[in-house]
Amino acid sequence: MTRTVLTVDDSRTMRDMLRMALAGAGFNVVEAVDGEHGLEVLSAHRPDVIITDINMPKLDGFGFIEAVRVDDDYRAIPILVLTTESDPSKKQRAREAGATGWIVKPFNPEKLVEAIRRVAA
Amino acid sequence: MDELEAIKVTFFQECEELLADLEGGLLAMQDGNDDGDTVNAVFRAVHSIKGGAGAFGLEPLVRFAHVFETLLDALRSNEIPGTPDLTALLLRASDVLADHVSAARGLGVVDMDVSAAMAAELKIATDPNAAPAAAAPVAEAPQYVDAAPIVIGADDGMDDDDLGFDFQPMTITLDAQAADAAVLDGDVWTVSIRPKSDLYRKANETALLLRELSRLGPIQATLDDSALPALEFIDPEAAYVTWSVRVETEQGEEAIREVFEFVDGDCDLEITRGEAPVADVLASLLDIAAPAPAPEAAPVAVEIPAEAPPVSAVGPAAEAAPLAAPMPVSAPAPAAPPVAANAPAPAAAKPAQIDVPGPGQSVIRVDPERIDRLIDLVGELVINQAMLAQRVGEYGIAPSSNLAMGLDELEQLTREIQDSVMAIRAQPVKSVFQRMPRLVREVANMTGKQARLVMDGENTEVDKTVIERLSDPITHMLRNAIDHGLESPEERKAAGKNPEGVVRLAALHRSGRIVIEVQDDGKGINRERVHSIAVKKGLISPDLTLTDEEIDNLIFLPGFSTADKISDVSGRGVGMDVVKRSVQALGGRISITSRPGLGSTFTLSLPLTLAVLDGMVVDVAGETLVIPLACIVESLRPKAEEIRPLGPVGSVLAVRDSFVPLIDVGLTLNYRDRSPPPTEGVVLLVEGEDGSRAALVADAIHGQRQVVIKSLEQNYQQVEGVAAATILGDGRVALILDVDAVINLRRRGPPPPSDPTLIAAE
Repeated sequence: MTRTVLTVDDSRTMRDMLRMALAGAGFNVVEAVDGEHGLEVLSAHRPDVIITDINMPKLDGFGFIEAVRVDDDYRAIPILVLTTESDPSKKQRAREAGATGWIVKPFNPEKLVEAIRRVAA
Repeated sequence: MDELEAIKVTFFQECEELLADLEGGLLAMQDGNDDGDTVNAVFRAVHSIKGGAGAFGLEPLVRFAHVFETLLDALRSNEIPGTPDLTALLLRASDVLADHVSAARGLGVVDMDVSAAMAAELKIATDPNAAPAAAAPVAEAPQYVDAAPIVIGADDGMDDDDLGFDFQPMTITLDAQAADAAVLDGDVWTVSIRPKSDLYRKANETALLLRELSRLGPIQATLDDSALPALEFIDPEAAYVTWSVRVETEQGEEAIREVFEFVDGDCDLEITRGEAPVADVLASLLDIAAPAPAPEAAPVAVEIPAEAPPVSAVGPAAEAAPLAAPMPVSAPAPAAPPVAANAPAPAAAKPAQIDVPGPGQSVIRVDPERIDRLIDLVGELVINQAMLAQRVGEYGIAPSSNLAMGLDELEQLTREIQDSVMAIRAQPVKSVFQRMPRLVREVANMTGKQARLVMDGENTEVDKTVIERLSDPITHMLRNAIDHGLESPEERKAAGKNPEGVVRLAALHRSGRIVIEVQDDGKGINRERVHSIAVKKGLISPDLTLTDEEIDNLIFLPGFSTADKISDVSGRGVGMDVVKRSVQALGGRISITSRPGLGSTFTLSLPLTLAVLDGMVVDVAGETLVIPLACIVESLRPKAEEIRPLGPVGSVLAVRDSFVPLIDVGLTLNYRDRSPPPTEGVVLLVEGEDGSRAALVADAIHGQRQVVIKSLEQNYQQVEGVAAATILGDGRVALILDVDAVINLRRRGPPPPSDPTLIAAE
């Protein structure tokens, strides 16, 4: 069964990169442009894994993760956070918000798929 | 890697947008119009550029963006105060960033000295205490670039304090294979995992950790559920069990730790080399088990095959439970697995890419050639439809007949199709406008002026083909406004003005045309000087008396330049005359108004599209001509008493309270030698771009028609007084009149002495 990955990133380039890597690995990809949009797409597509950026307009990654984690329907979905830096404080904040794991940009497709494998059943 | 190349194209497109956002945000900050989110948006813009650049390995761009981003991060977290000076620095940095983006794209090169100097400035602004020297290495080698694509948490180490629990790590090995002599002792590890409830709260899953461990080598996992309370006391959200896993792997402790990277801190983890002695484990197990309500609970051994099980889409909790034990010991099952929910998506849910404003707006990319082809075809359709209408008219079919009414509907539909097709190619002028703030900064720097650009109407839409040709005239008008219009800060202060001059760039739609205005609040045109220069250069005769407006427009004459010395900026051999000619070639007009001491306004008007035109079809000396509807104020049949002779050959028409010159189109275009009495024809009152009026005399009016413009220059050559050509419904070619040129031609004819332009233009 094809698994669905929701990517949330305000950068079209990043979304395209993610889509290329994920589609190449056989995932179904749905996209959102910010946290608010991510919550909408979430209810429509029920992804198996979420990959989200942190710096986004409207609702940032932290807020998005928190919103997913307080929703009984979605809180078991693994969430991987995209960060450009291995900045420990940002990573820590994302984890406190409920992130399952993280991917440091720039990523290569193998590492991305590996990170998904590590969190997705 | 075609796909990657395509993404790279997207990246650079996005960079353009991000750079525009960046500049827009910084300008808002400069004007004090920023809300709390502006600085965040500005940060995000640079951050996203860096992120994308990193993905493509565009090192110099990444490096510069990193330094820039660091400063913006400090600014948005209020570590450093926002000041006008800082904003000015950020604006200049955004210019350098734009250069880096262009260079990365292969368009131009970055002046590395400028870039390094800017990076150093940014670094100092971020941390004023940092010595300038310290800035250089950071600019050269940001740590970020060298970071591995995925950071491995191995160096983080475990927090030993977390293990100071009232819990003894243990391993129970019930499998005889564990003692397999073939396995070297050094390759056997015992991993003790005691998950905390936080681990599950973050949607991590013990079963997946075991699966990951099994990728390192054969494992045997043992569950200790001795801490599990009786069912009625179980908190479903809590974690009670401990796993002990024997791993055979040659990959070492780091590889094992890496498996637990994501759950660092969310579980107690102990990794020991070798087997845990069974006796010890049993002993400690008994210790712990004593207070447990279920002392008889035996450790349950679970074996996981060495190769990872096929990945399934079952929810995490569901898979974990059968692995662990018949009891609900493993996962506190935080929620129903997503797949289990079979409720249809709520009606409000939208498809991912639809109805989302902003950057995610759904966009179809189409080859422009296809659109051009479509526009051509629609043009043909319009012509064809006009031809049909004409034929039907010729057959004398009543307008109320079904056929005529059907044709009317067809005409409306054709028009709608045409509008829609043109709208596809319409774009906001923003793409041109957004390049201008930088130009203004640079010109202001070069000329020692202080200038602030105010833009209006960036979202005004115009055909893409027009947009492409707007850039040069606007650039030139802005340069001119700053270089010649604005005074130096000292002069401005002396005149009681704000030392910072304001240049306003606006776009608006006006009667089917796009109008671009460039307005400065400078000193205005020095008419005496303009006049004397024009005389000195022999452009006008010295004894001419000119109106203010006429003097202002002298600057469009070829070979006119008011600057005493040719400056860096405007003096590129391109005068306003060249601008005027290029604008005219597009069917546009340019004019200027000026008020001494208050400033000047350049007004540029262009047709919205270069493809179609609404026109009045008239008959002149047996020729069919089209007069652009936008120029026509009214049409009338003159009475003899309204016509007054003026001079030897000219005459004027009294229209209400004023007199306008009468121009016989046939005479002006040399269709005939003598003009028939105007009372026999029709007069079209037209208004030129500069507001001057004239009464054009034609023989008859055929009607109003939309015509498809065919360039005369491309197909033949430029003809004075004629803007373009079109094909009428009957297949004949008709010329489209250039109204302003006709007015000027007539002025030039037998020279009435009061007219400056006729001498000037020659």
